[in-house]
Amino acid sequence: MSGRQIMSADEIRRATIRLSHEIVEKQTGTEGLLLIGIQRRGVPLAHRIAAAIAENEGVDVPVGALDITFYRDDLSMVAQQPVVKGTELPSGIDGRTIILVDDVLYTGRTIRAAMDALVDFGRPLAIRLAVLVDRGHRELPIRADHVGKNVPTSREELVRVHLEEIDGDDGVEIERMAPEPVGAPVG
Amino acid sequence: MSVVADPTAAAAAAVEPAVPSVDTAPGSQPVPWRHRHLLDVDGLSASDLDLVMRTTDAMREVLSRPIAKVPALRGRQVTILFYEASTRTRVSFEVAAKNLSADVVNIAAASSSVAKGESLIDTVRTVEALGAQMLVMRHSTSGAPYLAAEVFGGSVLNGGDGWHAHPTQALLDLYTMRERMPGGSLAGRKVVILGDLLHSRVARSNIWTLTAAGADLWLCGPATLVRGFEAWAGRGAAAGRRFHVTTSVDEAVRDADVVMALRIQRERMAAGLLPSLREYAARYGLTRERLALARPDALVMHPGPMNEGVEIAADVAAGPQSVITDQVTNGVAVRMALLYLLAGTHGTQSTQGSHAGGAA
Repeated sequence: MSGRQIMSADEIRRATIRLSHEIVEKQTGTEGLLLIGIQRRGVPLAHRIAAAIAENEGVDVPVGALDITFYRDDLSMVAQQPVVKGTELPSGIDGRTIILVDDVLYTGRTIRAAMDALVDFGRPLAIRLAVLVDRGHRELPIRADHVGKNVPTSREELVRVHLEEIDGDDGVEIERMAPEPVGAPVG
Repeated sequence: MSVVADPTAAAAAAVEPAVPSVDTAPGSQPVPWRHRHLLDVDGLSASDLDLVMRTTDAMREVLSRPIAKVPALRGRQVTILFYEASTRTRVSFEVAAKNLSADVVNIAAASSSVAKGESLIDTVRTVEALGAQMLVMRHSTSGAPYLAAEVFGGSVLNGGDGWHAHPTQALLDLYTMRERMPGGSLAGRKVVILGDLLHSRVARSNIWTLTAAGADLWLCGPATLVRGFEAWAGRGAAAGRRFHVTTSVDEAVRDADVVMALRIQRERMAAGLLPSLREYAARYGLTRERLALARPDALVMHPGPMNEGVEIAADVAAGPQSVITDQVTNGVAVRMALLYLLAGTHGTQSTQGSHAGGAA
Protein backbone atom coordinates (compact mmCIF):
# COMPACT_ATOMS: atom_id res chain seq x y z
CA MET A 1 0.00 0.00 0.00
CA SER A 2 1.49 3.26 -1.09
CA GLY A 3 0.23 6.78 -0.55
CA ARG A 4 0.78 10.10 -2.28
CA GLN A 5 4.43 11.08 -2.53
CA ILE A 6 5.24 14.46 -0.99
CA MET A 7 9.04 14.33 -1.17
CA SER A 8 11.23 12.51 -3.68
CA ALA A 9 14.74 11.23 -3.05
CA ASP A 10 16.18 14.36 -4.68
CA GLU A 11 14.01 16.64 -2.57
CA ILE A 12 15.14 14.84 0.58
CA ARG A 13 18.77 15.26 -0.52
CA ARG A 14 18.35 19.00 -1.20
CA ALA A 15 16.45 19.56 2.05
CA THR A 16 19.19 17.77 4.01
CA ILE A 17 21.87 19.97 2.42
CA ARG A 18 19.84 23.12 3.14
CA LEU A 19 19.36 22.02 6.77
CA SER A 20 23.13 21.55 7.09
CA HIS A 21 23.74 25.11 5.82
CA GLU A 22 21.08 26.58 8.12
CA ILE A 23 22.49 24.79 11.17
CA VAL A 24 26.02 26.09 10.50
CA GLU A 25 24.73 29.58 9.73
CA LYS A 26 22.70 29.82 12.93
CA GLN A 27 25.65 28.56 14.98
CA THR A 28 28.02 30.89 13.04
CA GLY A 29 30.34 27.94 12.53
CA THR A 30 30.61 24.40 13.77
CA GLU A 31 32.27 25.05 17.14
CA GLY A 32 30.58 23.04 19.90
CA LEU A 33 28.01 21.48 17.56
CA LEU A 34 26.72 17.99 18.27
CA LEU A 35 24.14 16.25 16.08
CA ILE A 36 21.90 13.75 17.87
CA GLY A 37 19.47 11.64 15.88
CA ILE A 38 16.36 10.25 17.51
CA GLN A 39 15.94 6.50 16.92
CA ARG A 40 15.27 5.27 14.37
CA ARG A 41 15.06 7.50 11.29
CA GLY A 42 16.54 10.55 12.96
CA VAL A 43 19.87 8.69 13.21
CA PRO A 44 20.62 8.27 9.48
CA LEU A 45 19.33 11.81 8.90
CA ALA A 46 21.79 13.16 11.48
CA HIS A 47 24.61 11.28 9.71
CA ARG A 48 23.56 12.75 6.35
CA ILE A 49 23.54 16.28 7.77
CA ALA A 50 26.99 15.65 9.31
CA ALA A 51 28.27 14.43 5.93
CA ALA A 52 26.92 17.57 4.24
CA ILE A 53 28.59 19.78 6.86
CA ALA A 54 31.86 17.88 6.35
CA GLU A 55 31.61 18.52 2.61
CA ASN A 56 30.82 22.23 2.93
CA GLU A 57 32.91 23.20 5.93
CA GLY A 58 35.58 20.50 6.04
CA VAL A 59 34.71 19.79 9.67
CA ASP A 60 33.53 16.49 11.15
CA VAL A 61 30.72 17.21 13.58
CA PRO A 62 30.15 14.37 16.07
CA VAL A 63 26.90 12.41 15.72
CA GLY A 64 25.00 10.52 18.42
CA ALA A 65 21.89 8.35 18.63
CA LEU A 66 19.19 8.79 21.25
CA ASP A 67 16.53 6.23 22.16
CA ILE A 68 13.65 7.96 23.95
CA THR A 69 11.67 4.79 24.75
CA PHE A 70 12.21 4.95 28.52
CA TYR A 71 11.05 8.59 28.56
CA ARG A 72 7.77 8.15 26.69
CA ASP A 73 4.71 9.46 28.51
CA ASP A 74 2.43 6.75 27.15
CA LEU A 75 4.24 3.64 28.47
CA SER A 76 1.30 2.83 30.71
CA MET A 77 -1.12 3.22 27.79
CA VAL A 78 0.44 1.03 25.13
CA ALA A 79 -0.44 -2.65 25.14
CA GLN A 80 3.10 -3.84 24.55
CA GLN A 81 6.41 -2.30 25.48
CA PRO A 82 8.21 -0.67 22.56
CA VAL A 83 11.43 -2.40 21.56
CA VAL A 84 14.44 -0.43 22.75
CA LYS A 85 16.90 0.51 20.00
CA GLY A 86 19.71 1.89 22.14
CA THR A 87 21.43 5.17 22.92
CA GLU A 88 24.97 6.11 21.89
CA LEU A 89 26.11 9.60 22.73
CA PRO A 90 29.59 11.05 22.24
CA SER A 91 31.02 11.55 25.71
CA GLY A 92 30.23 14.84 27.37
CA ILE A 93 27.29 16.96 26.22
CA ASP A 94 27.98 19.72 28.76
CA GLY A 95 28.36 23.11 27.12
CA ARG A 96 27.65 21.78 23.60
CA THR A 97 25.00 23.02 21.19
CA ILE A 98 22.90 19.98 20.46
CA ILE A 99 20.91 19.68 17.26
CA LEU A 100 18.20 17.07 17.78
CA VAL A 101 17.34 15.46 14.45
CA ASP A 102 14.13 13.57 13.70
CA ASP A 103 12.20 12.62 10.60
CA VAL A 104 8.70 13.89 11.41
CA LEU A 105 7.58 16.52 13.92
CA TYR A 106 3.96 15.89 14.94
CA THR A 107 2.61 16.16 18.50
CA GLY A 108 5.98 17.17 19.98
CA ARG A 109 5.86 14.42 22.60
CA THR A 110 8.90 12.64 21.19
CA ILE A 111 10.89 15.87 21.40
CA ARG A 112 9.72 16.45 24.97
CA ALA A 113 10.93 12.93 25.84
CA ALA A 114 14.23 13.53 24.02
CA MET A 115 14.89 16.73 25.96
CA ASP A 116 14.12 14.95 29.25
CA ALA A 117 16.57 12.21 28.27
CA LEU A 118 19.29 14.68 27.25
CA VAL A 119 19.27 16.63 30.49
CA ASP A 120 19.91 13.35 32.32
CA PHE A 121 23.23 13.19 30.45
CA GLY A 122 24.38 16.69 31.29
CA ARG A 123 23.78 20.38 30.71
CA PRO A 124 24.02 21.39 27.07
CA LEU A 125 24.48 25.06 26.18
CA ALA A 126 21.47 24.88 23.88
CA ILE A 127 19.19 22.30 22.31
CA ARG A 128 17.85 22.98 18.81
CA LEU A 129 15.57 20.91 16.63
CA ALA A 130 15.93 19.95 12.98
CA VAL A 131 13.25 17.84 11.26
CA LEU A 132 12.75 16.63 7.73
CA VAL A 133 8.95 17.09 7.83
CA ASP A 134 6.78 19.25 10.09
CA ARG A 135 3.21 18.04 9.80
CA GLY A 136 1.63 20.25 12.48
CA HIS A 137 -0.87 19.24 15.22
CA ARG A 138 1.40 20.05 18.14
CA GLU A 139 0.19 19.06 21.61
CA LEU A 140 3.08 20.75 23.43
CA PRO A 141 4.71 24.18 23.12
CA ILE A 142 7.52 22.93 20.87
CA ARG A 143 8.68 24.19 17.47
CA ALA A 144 11.46 23.22 15.10
CA ASP A 145 14.43 25.54 14.41
CA HIS A 146 15.14 23.94 11.04
CA VAL A 147 12.47 22.33 8.85
CA GLY A 148 13.01 20.41 5.61
CA LYS A 149 9.39 20.74 4.46
CA ASN A 150 6.19 21.96 6.09
CA VAL A 151 3.31 19.66 5.20
CA PRO A 152 -0.27 20.47 6.19
CA THR A 153 -1.96 17.23 7.22
CA SER A 154 -5.07 16.00 8.98
CA ARG A 155 -4.86 13.78 12.03
CA GLU A 156 -6.33 10.93 10.03
CA GLU A 157 -3.33 10.92 7.74
CA LEU A 158 -0.05 9.11 8.18
CA VAL A 159 3.28 10.58 7.07
CA ARG A 160 5.70 7.82 6.14
CA VAL A 161 9.40 8.60 5.71
CA HIS A 162 11.58 6.05 3.92
CA LEU A 163 15.33 6.28 4.18
CA GLU A 164 17.78 4.21 2.19
CA GLU A 165 19.73 3.15 5.31
CA ILE A 166 16.66 1.57 6.93
CA ASP A 167 14.04 1.07 4.24
CA GLY A 168 16.15 0.62 1.10
CA ASP A 169 14.85 3.73 -0.66
CA ASP A 170 14.31 7.45 -0.07
CA GLY A 171 10.92 9.17 -0.11
CA VAL A 172 8.14 10.70 1.97
CA GLU A 173 4.56 9.63 1.48
CA ILE A 174 1.27 10.65 2.97
CA GLU A 175 -1.60 8.25 3.26
CA ARG A 176 -5.01 7.84 4.83
CA MET A 177 -4.67 5.99 8.12
CA ALA A 178 -6.41 2.71 8.76
CA PRO A 179 -8.14 2.48 12.17
CA GLU A 180 -5.86 3.55 15.07
CA PRO A 181 -2.85 1.21 15.09
CA VAL A 182 -1.87 -0.30 18.41
CA GLY A 183 1.30 1.12 19.87
CA ALA A 184 1.64 3.81 17.22
CA PRO A 185 4.66 6.07 17.56
CA VAL A 186 4.11 9.11 19.72
CA GLY A 187 5.19 11.32 16.87
CA MET B 1 26.58 -15.97 11.97
CA SER B 2 26.17 -18.88 14.34
CA VAL B 3 27.60 -22.16 13.14
CA VAL B 4 26.73 -25.43 14.78
CA ALA B 5 30.14 -26.78 15.66
CA ASP B 6 28.90 -30.02 17.13
CA PRO B 7 27.48 -32.53 14.62
CA THR B 8 25.35 -34.14 17.35
CA ALA B 9 23.75 -30.78 18.03
CA ALA B 10 23.05 -30.42 14.32
CA ALA B 11 21.49 -33.85 14.30
CA ALA B 12 19.37 -32.99 17.30
CA ALA B 13 18.23 -29.80 15.63
CA ALA B 14 17.33 -31.76 12.50
CA VAL B 15 15.26 -34.22 14.52
CA GLU B 16 13.37 -31.54 16.40
CA PRO B 17 13.37 -28.18 14.62
CA ALA B 18 10.98 -26.79 17.24
CA VAL B 19 13.84 -26.47 19.72
CA PRO B 20 14.40 -22.76 20.03
CA SER B 21 17.89 -21.53 19.38
CA VAL B 22 18.70 -18.25 21.06
CA ASP B 23 21.45 -17.63 18.60
CA THR B 24 19.38 -17.58 15.44
CA ALA B 25 19.62 -14.26 13.67
CA PRO B 26 17.03 -11.87 15.03
CA GLY B 27 14.26 -11.13 12.58
CA SER B 28 13.81 -7.63 11.26
CA GLN B 29 10.53 -7.39 13.14
CA PRO B 30 11.11 -8.22 16.82
CA VAL B 31 8.28 -10.24 18.31
CA PRO B 32 6.66 -8.24 21.09
CA TRP B 33 6.62 -9.53 24.66
CA ARG B 34 3.37 -11.27 25.57
CA HIS B 35 3.95 -12.82 29.00
CA ARG B 36 2.24 -11.32 32.01
CA HIS B 37 4.28 -13.22 34.60
CA LEU B 38 7.82 -14.56 34.80
CA LEU B 39 7.45 -17.79 36.73
CA ASP B 40 10.10 -19.86 34.96
CA VAL B 41 12.06 -19.79 31.72
CA ASP B 42 10.43 -22.95 30.29
CA GLY B 43 7.67 -20.93 28.62
CA LEU B 44 10.02 -18.50 26.88
CA SER B 45 10.54 -18.91 23.14
CA ALA B 46 13.80 -18.20 21.31
CA SER B 47 12.50 -14.80 20.25
CA ASP B 48 11.47 -14.04 23.86
CA LEU B 49 14.99 -14.86 25.03
CA ASP B 50 16.44 -12.73 22.25
CA LEU B 51 14.21 -9.80 23.23
CA VAL B 52 15.30 -10.12 26.88
CA MET B 53 18.97 -10.15 25.83
CA ARG B 54 18.55 -7.12 23.56
CA THR B 55 16.60 -5.17 26.18
CA THR B 56 19.32 -6.06 28.69
CA ASP B 57 21.90 -4.51 26.33
CA ALA B 58 19.90 -1.27 26.47
CA MET B 59 19.75 -1.47 30.27
CA ARG B 60 23.51 -1.95 30.44
CA GLU B 61 23.82 1.31 28.51
CA VAL B 62 21.49 2.99 31.04
CA LEU B 63 23.67 1.67 33.87
CA SER B 64 26.72 3.26 32.24
CA ARG B 65 25.16 6.76 32.25
CA PRO B 66 26.18 9.48 34.70
CA ILE B 67 22.64 9.30 36.09
CA ALA B 68 21.76 5.60 35.84
CA LYS B 69 18.04 6.16 36.13
CA VAL B 70 15.23 6.41 33.58
CA PRO B 71 11.54 7.20 34.18
CA ALA B 72 10.13 4.14 32.38
CA LEU B 73 8.26 2.73 35.41
CA ARG B 74 7.43 6.01 37.11
CA GLY B 75 4.32 5.65 39.25
CA ARG B 76 4.40 1.84 39.29
CA GLN B 77 4.62 0.04 42.60
CA VAL B 78 6.90 -2.99 42.79
CA THR B 79 6.56 -5.06 45.95
CA ILE B 80 9.35 -7.42 46.90
CA LEU B 81 8.09 -10.24 49.10
CA PHE B 82 10.79 -12.66 50.24
CA TYR B 83 10.04 -15.67 52.41
CA GLU B 84 13.66 -16.80 52.32
CA ALA B 85 16.95 -15.14 53.15
CA SER B 86 18.60 -13.32 50.26
CA THR B 87 20.96 -10.45 49.73
CA ARG B 88 21.92 -10.24 46.11
CA THR B 89 18.64 -11.21 44.46
CA ARG B 90 16.53 -8.96 46.67
CA VAL B 91 18.86 -5.98 46.45
CA SER B 92 19.34 -6.56 42.73
CA PHE B 93 15.57 -6.41 42.14
CA GLU B 94 15.32 -3.33 44.35
CA VAL B 95 18.11 -1.51 42.52
CA ALA B 96 16.65 -2.55 39.15
CA ALA B 97 13.18 -1.24 40.06
CA LYS B 98 14.61 2.01 41.44
CA ASN B 99 16.73 2.54 38.30
CA LEU B 100 13.45 2.46 36.37
CA SER B 101 11.90 4.99 38.81
CA ALA B 102 9.38 2.53 40.24
CA ASP B 103 8.22 2.82 43.84
CA VAL B 104 9.63 -0.12 45.78
CA VAL B 105 8.06 -1.76 48.82
CA ASN B 106 10.13 -4.38 50.62
CA ILE B 107 8.54 -7.06 52.77
CA ALA B 108 10.65 -9.54 54.70
CA ALA B 109 8.28 -12.33 55.67
CA ALA B 110 9.97 -12.93 59.00
CA SER B 111 8.99 -9.45 60.27
CA SER B 112 5.55 -9.27 58.61
CA SER B 113 2.09 -10.65 59.35
CA VAL B 114 3.30 -13.91 57.83
CA ALA B 115 4.92 -14.49 61.21
CA LYS B 116 1.40 -14.27 62.70
CA GLY B 117 0.17 -17.04 60.45
CA GLU B 118 -1.22 -15.14 57.45
CA SER B 119 -1.59 -17.35 54.39
CA LEU B 120 0.28 -16.69 51.15
CA ILE B 121 -2.98 -15.92 49.33
CA ASP B 122 -4.08 -13.41 51.97
CA THR B 123 -0.66 -11.76 51.94
CA VAL B 124 -0.76 -11.43 48.15
CA ARG B 125 -4.28 -9.95 48.28
CA THR B 126 -3.17 -7.50 50.97
CA VAL B 127 -0.11 -6.46 48.99
CA GLU B 128 -2.31 -5.86 45.95
CA ALA B 129 -4.81 -3.84 48.00
CA LEU B 130 -1.87 -1.69 49.12
CA GLY B 131 -1.19 -0.81 45.51
CA ALA B 132 1.33 -3.34 44.22
CA GLN B 133 1.30 -3.74 40.44
CA MET B 134 4.29 -6.02 40.22
CA LEU B 135 5.17 -8.65 42.79
CA VAL B 136 8.65 -10.11 43.09
CA MET B 137 8.58 -13.11 45.36
CA ARG B 138 10.81 -15.81 46.74
CA HIS B 139 9.45 -18.80 48.61
CA SER B 140 10.89 -22.01 49.98
CA THR B 141 8.00 -24.03 48.51
CA SER B 142 8.28 -24.97 44.85
CA GLY B 143 5.33 -23.60 42.92
CA ALA B 144 4.38 -20.87 45.41
CA PRO B 145 4.67 -18.06 42.78
CA TYR B 146 2.24 -19.98 40.52
CA LEU B 147 -0.32 -19.84 43.32
CA ALA B 148 0.38 -16.14 43.85
CA ALA B 149 -0.05 -15.53 40.11
CA GLU B 150 -3.55 -17.02 40.29
CA VAL B 151 -4.76 -14.41 42.77
CA PHE B 152 -2.56 -11.39 41.97
CA GLY B 153 -3.96 -8.86 39.50
CA GLY B 154 -0.59 -7.63 38.23
CA SER B 155 2.62 -9.38 37.25
CA VAL B 156 4.45 -11.94 39.38
CA LEU B 157 8.21 -12.36 39.02
CA ASN B 158 9.66 -15.48 40.55
CA GLY B 159 12.78 -14.65 42.57
CA GLY B 160 13.32 -18.34 43.37
CA ASP B 161 10.89 -21.03 44.53
CA GLY B 162 12.11 -24.07 46.47
CA TRP B 163 14.11 -26.42 44.29
CA HIS B 164 12.11 -25.49 41.22
CA ALA B 165 13.09 -22.34 39.37
CA HIS B 166 15.13 -19.16 39.48
CA PRO B 167 14.38 -17.60 36.09
CA THR B 168 16.17 -14.26 36.50
CA GLN B 169 19.37 -16.07 37.56
CA ALA B 170 19.23 -18.29 34.44
CA LEU B 171 18.72 -15.23 32.24
CA LEU B 172 21.60 -13.29 33.80
CA ASP B 173 23.80 -16.38 33.47
CA LEU B 174 22.85 -16.66 29.79
CA TYR B 175 23.56 -12.97 29.24
CA THR B 176 26.95 -13.18 30.99
CA MET B 177 28.02 -16.22 28.95
CA ARG B 178 26.87 -14.77 25.63
CA GLU B 179 28.63 -11.49 26.37
CA ARG B 180 31.95 -13.30 26.87
CA MET B 181 31.74 -15.85 24.06
CA PRO B 182 33.30 -14.86 20.74
CA GLY B 183 30.43 -14.15 18.37
CA GLY B 184 27.99 -13.99 21.27
CA SER B 185 26.88 -17.56 20.61
CA LEU B 186 26.78 -20.56 22.94
CA ALA B 187 26.13 -23.05 20.14
CA GLY B 188 28.35 -26.07 20.68
CA ARG B 189 30.11 -24.54 23.69
CA LYS B 190 30.74 -26.92 26.58
CA VAL B 191 29.07 -25.60 29.72
CA VAL B 192 29.43 -27.48 33.01
CA ILE B 193 27.21 -27.04 36.03
CA LEU B 194 29.06 -28.58 38.95
CA GLY B 195 27.88 -29.40 42.43
CA ASP B 196 24.62 -29.74 44.35
CA LEU B 197 22.18 -30.10 41.47
CA LEU B 198 19.54 -31.88 43.53
CA HIS B 199 18.56 -28.79 45.52
CA SER B 200 19.37 -26.29 42.79
CA ARG B 201 16.62 -24.13 41.27
CA VAL B 202 19.44 -22.26 39.51
CA ALA B 203 20.45 -25.43 37.65
CA ARG B 204 16.85 -26.38 36.83
CA SER B 205 16.20 -23.01 35.18
CA ASN B 206 19.61 -22.96 33.48
CA ILE B 207 18.91 -26.30 31.81
CA TRP B 208 16.06 -24.70 29.84
CA THR B 209 17.95 -21.62 28.68
CA LEU B 210 21.29 -23.34 27.97
CA THR B 211 19.78 -26.16 25.94
CA ALA B 212 17.74 -23.57 24.05
CA ALA B 213 20.97 -21.69 23.30
CA GLY B 214 22.49 -24.85 21.83
CA ALA B 215 25.17 -25.31 24.50
CA ASP B 216 26.82 -28.69 25.09
CA LEU B 217 25.55 -28.91 28.66
CA TRP B 218 27.08 -31.17 31.33
CA LEU B 219 25.75 -31.63 34.84
CA CYS B 220 28.23 -33.02 37.34
CA GLY B 221 28.08 -33.90 41.02
CA PRO B 222 28.13 -36.80 43.47
CA ALA B 223 25.60 -39.53 42.63
CA THR B 224 23.39 -38.49 45.56
CA LEU B 225 23.16 -34.91 44.24
CA VAL B 226 22.50 -35.59 40.53
CA ARG B 227 19.66 -38.01 41.30
CA GLY B 228 16.75 -37.67 38.87
CA PHE B 229 18.63 -35.66 36.26
CA GLU B 230 19.50 -38.78 34.21
CA ALA B 231 15.80 -39.37 33.67
CA TRP B 232 15.28 -35.72 32.72
CA ALA B 233 18.22 -35.94 30.30
CA GLY B 234 16.57 -38.96 28.67
CA ARG B 235 13.26 -37.18 28.23
CA GLY B 236 15.07 -33.99 27.19
CA ALA B 237 17.05 -35.78 24.47
CA ALA B 238 13.80 -37.13 23.05
CA ALA B 239 12.55 -33.54 22.80
CA GLY B 240 15.84 -32.28 21.35
CA ARG B 241 17.04 -30.70 24.59
CA ARG B 242 20.21 -32.72 25.09
CA PHE B 243 22.44 -32.63 28.14
CA HIS B 244 24.86 -34.99 29.85
CA VAL B 245 24.94 -36.13 33.47
CA THR B 246 28.12 -37.49 35.04
CA THR B 247 29.71 -38.08 38.42
CA SER B 248 33.22 -37.70 36.97
CA VAL B 249 34.43 -34.17 37.49
CA ASP B 250 37.43 -34.70 35.18
CA GLU B 251 35.19 -35.83 32.33
CA ALA B 252 32.88 -32.87 32.86
CA VAL B 253 35.48 -30.12 33.18
CA ARG B 254 37.85 -31.33 30.42
CA ASP B 255 37.88 -28.76 27.57
CA ALA B 256 34.93 -26.88 29.05
CA ASP B 257 34.21 -23.30 27.93
CA VAL B 258 32.26 -22.44 31.09
CA VAL B 259 32.37 -23.99 34.56
CA MET B 260 29.60 -22.95 36.92
CA ALA B 261 29.99 -24.12 40.51
CA LEU B 262 26.83 -24.40 42.62
CA ARG B 263 26.58 -23.69 46.31
CA ILE B 264 26.38 -26.64 48.66
CA GLN B 265 23.05 -25.83 50.27
CA ARG B 266 23.74 -26.81 53.83
CA GLU B 267 20.29 -25.61 54.94
CA ARG B 268 18.59 -28.06 52.58
CA MET B 269 21.03 -30.94 53.01
CA ALA B 270 19.40 -34.04 54.47
CA ALA B 271 21.52 -36.51 56.35
CA GLY B 272 23.36 -39.07 54.27
CA LEU B 273 23.67 -37.13 51.01
CA LEU B 274 27.28 -36.15 51.67
CA PRO B 275 29.82 -37.86 53.92
CA SER B 276 31.34 -34.48 54.86
CA LEU B 277 31.96 -31.06 53.40
CA ARG B 278 35.67 -31.79 53.46
CA GLU B 279 35.25 -34.90 51.34
CA TYR B 280 32.99 -32.96 48.95
CA ALA B 281 35.60 -30.21 48.59
CA ALA B 282 38.33 -32.78 47.93
CA ARG B 283 36.34 -34.70 45.29
CA TYR B 284 34.17 -32.02 43.64
CA GLY B 285 35.46 -28.60 44.66
CA LEU B 286 36.49 -26.33 41.77
CA THR B 287 40.20 -25.94 42.42
CA ARG B 288 42.90 -24.45 40.26
CA GLU B 289 44.11 -27.98 39.36
CA ARG B 290 40.66 -29.05 38.18
CA LEU B 291 40.10 -25.79 36.28
CA ALA B 292 43.37 -26.46 34.41
CA LEU B 293 41.55 -29.30 32.60
CA ALA B 294 39.15 -26.77 31.04
CA ARG B 295 40.03 -24.53 28.12
CA PRO B 296 42.59 -21.89 29.12
CA ASP B 297 40.07 -19.08 28.67
CA ALA B 298 37.17 -20.93 30.31
CA LEU B 299 34.77 -18.78 32.34
CA VAL B 300 34.27 -19.46 36.05
CA MET B 301 30.79 -18.70 37.34
CA HIS B 302 28.92 -19.06 40.63
CA PRO B 303 25.39 -17.89 41.43
CA GLY B 304 26.39 -16.97 44.98
CA PRO B 305 26.57 -16.87 47.88
CA MET B 306 29.80 -18.88 47.86
CA ASN B 307 31.15 -21.32 50.39
CA GLU B 308 34.78 -20.65 49.56
CA GLY B 309 36.95 -23.69 50.09
CA VAL B 310 33.97 -26.02 49.64
CA GLU B 311 32.49 -25.92 46.13
CA ILE B 312 34.99 -23.35 44.86
CA ALA B 313 38.53 -22.44 45.93
CA ALA B 314 39.04 -18.83 46.96
CA ASP B 315 41.81 -18.28 44.40
CA VAL B 316 39.59 -19.58 41.59
CA ALA B 317 36.64 -17.42 42.65
CA ALA B 318 38.84 -14.32 42.62
CA GLY B 319 40.99 -15.46 39.69
CA PRO B 320 41.29 -13.92 36.22
CA GLN B 321 38.79 -16.37 34.68
CA SER B 322 36.08 -15.54 37.20
CA VAL B 323 33.07 -13.55 35.95
CA ILE B 324 31.22 -13.80 39.26
CA THR B 325 31.05 -10.03 39.79
CA ASP B 326 29.90 -9.59 36.16
CA GLN B 327 27.02 -11.92 37.02
CA VAL B 328 25.98 -9.57 39.82
CA THR B 329 26.18 -6.45 37.61
CA ASN B 330 24.37 -8.15 34.75
CA GLY B 331 21.74 -9.30 37.24
CA VAL B 332 20.61 -5.71 37.74
CA ALA B 333 20.41 -5.09 33.96
CA VAL B 334 18.50 -8.33 33.28
CA ARG B 335 15.99 -7.57 36.06
CA MET B 336 15.52 -4.03 34.71
CA ALA B 337 14.79 -5.56 31.30
CA LEU B 338 12.25 -8.00 32.73
CA LEU B 339 10.49 -5.40 34.88
CA TYR B 340 10.29 -3.14 31.82
CA LEU B 341 8.94 -5.87 29.53
CA LEU B 342 6.41 -7.20 32.06
CA ALA B 343 5.15 -3.71 32.89
CA GLY B 344 3.81 -3.43 29.35
CA THR B 345 1.45 -6.35 29.72
CA HIS B 346 -0.77 -4.97 32.45
CA GLY B 347 -4.41 -4.79 31.62
CA THR B 348 -4.04 -7.35 28.83
CA GLN B 349 -5.42 -10.83 29.07
CA SER B 350 -2.27 -12.67 28.03
CA THR B 351 -0.79 -15.11 30.49
CA GLN B 352 2.46 -16.97 30.46
CA GLY B 353 2.27 -20.28 28.65
CA SER B 354 4.26 -21.74 31.48
CA HIS B 355 3.34 -25.31 30.67
CA ALA B 356 3.89 -24.99 26.95
CA GLY B 357 7.45 -26.24 27.20
CA GLY B 358 6.61 -29.18 29.42
CA ALA B 359 7.67 -31.77 26.85
CA ALA B 360 11.16 -32.19 28.23
